[in-house]
Amino acid sequence: METLTQNIQAIPLNHYIILCVIIFSIGVIGVLIRRNAIVIFMSIELMLNAVNLLLTAFSVYRGDATGQVFVFFIIALAAAEVAVGLAIIVMIYRNTNSIDINVLNRLKW
Amino acid sequence: MNTFYFIAFLSVFFSILVITAKNPVHSILYLVLTFFTFTIHYILMNAQFLAIVNFIVYMGAILVLFLYTLMLINLNKESEPRKSNLVKFAGVIGGGCFLVTIVAALKAFGVSQPVVLNDPNLGLVKNLGKILFNEYLLPFEVSSILLLSAMVGAVLLATKETKTA
Repeated sequence: METLTQNIQAIPLNHYIILCVIIFSIGVIGVLIRRNAIVIFMSIELMLNAVNLLLTAFSVYRGDATGQVFVFFIIALAAAEVAVGLAIIVMIYRNTNSIDINVLNRLKW
Repeated sequence: MNTFYFIAFLSVFFSILVITAKNPVHSILYLVLTFFTFTIHYILMNAQFLAIVNFIVYMGAILVLFLYTLMLINLNKESEPRKSNLVKFAGVIGGGCFLVTIVAALKAFGVSQPVVLNDPNLGLVKNLGKILFNEYLLPFEVSSILLLSAMVGAVLLATKETKTA
C-alpha cells in the first residue's frame, strides 16, 4: 500500500478535475442520446460517481475528511434513488409494455 | 504516476462503451468495469473505506439490482427504439459544449498544485468513523430514515395494484 500511494504524489489536481468532467459529460450525453429508461438511469449513476471521485480528490487535496463523509452520504442516497427509480420503471413497463421514455410524453397532459 | 493515467483511460473508455452499447445487458457489464476502475482510483488516493463501500454497494448491490430489473423486463420482444441521428448529434454537441466550457475555465486557472496525501490516516475507517459519529451524527440518522422511506416507497410502487374501484 505504501508504494501504491506513492504513485499519486505527482498528479496535478487539474487532471482529476478533467477526468471527472469527461466522465460527467459522457453521462450527460448518455442521458440525451438514449431512449431506454434503464440506460438513462445508468448514465445518471455515472454522473454521480464522477462527482464522488472529484469530492474524494478534493478531500485528499485539502487533507479534510469531510469530503469523504459526504461521498458516503451520496452513496446512501444513490442506493435509495436506484430502488425507487427502478420500481417506477417496473411500474411503467407493467402499464405500457415498454421502457421507451418517449411513451411517457403523455405525462404532459 | 503512470498508473493513474492508465486507469483514467480505462474509466473513460468503459464509460463511453456504457452509453454506446446496443444491448442493455452489455451496458450494465461495462458499467461494472467502470465502477471497478473507480474503486482503483479510490485505492490510489488511499481512501480505503470508500473503495470498499464503492465495491460492495455499487458493484455488489446497485448493479445487481439493475441486472435483476433487466431480467424482469423482457427486452427480447423488441429491440431498443432508435433516436434519430439529428437528436444524437445535438446530444453530443450539448455534452461537448459542457466539457469544453469546464476545461477552458480550468485552463484559465493555470497550473494547479499536485494532490499530495499529507495524512496517511485520512481515508481509513477509524478516522472516518470518528468524524461520522461525532460531527455528522444527525445526518447519519436522517439518512437511515431516507433509506427506510425509499424501501417502503419501492415496495409500494412495485407491488401489483389490487382492484381499487
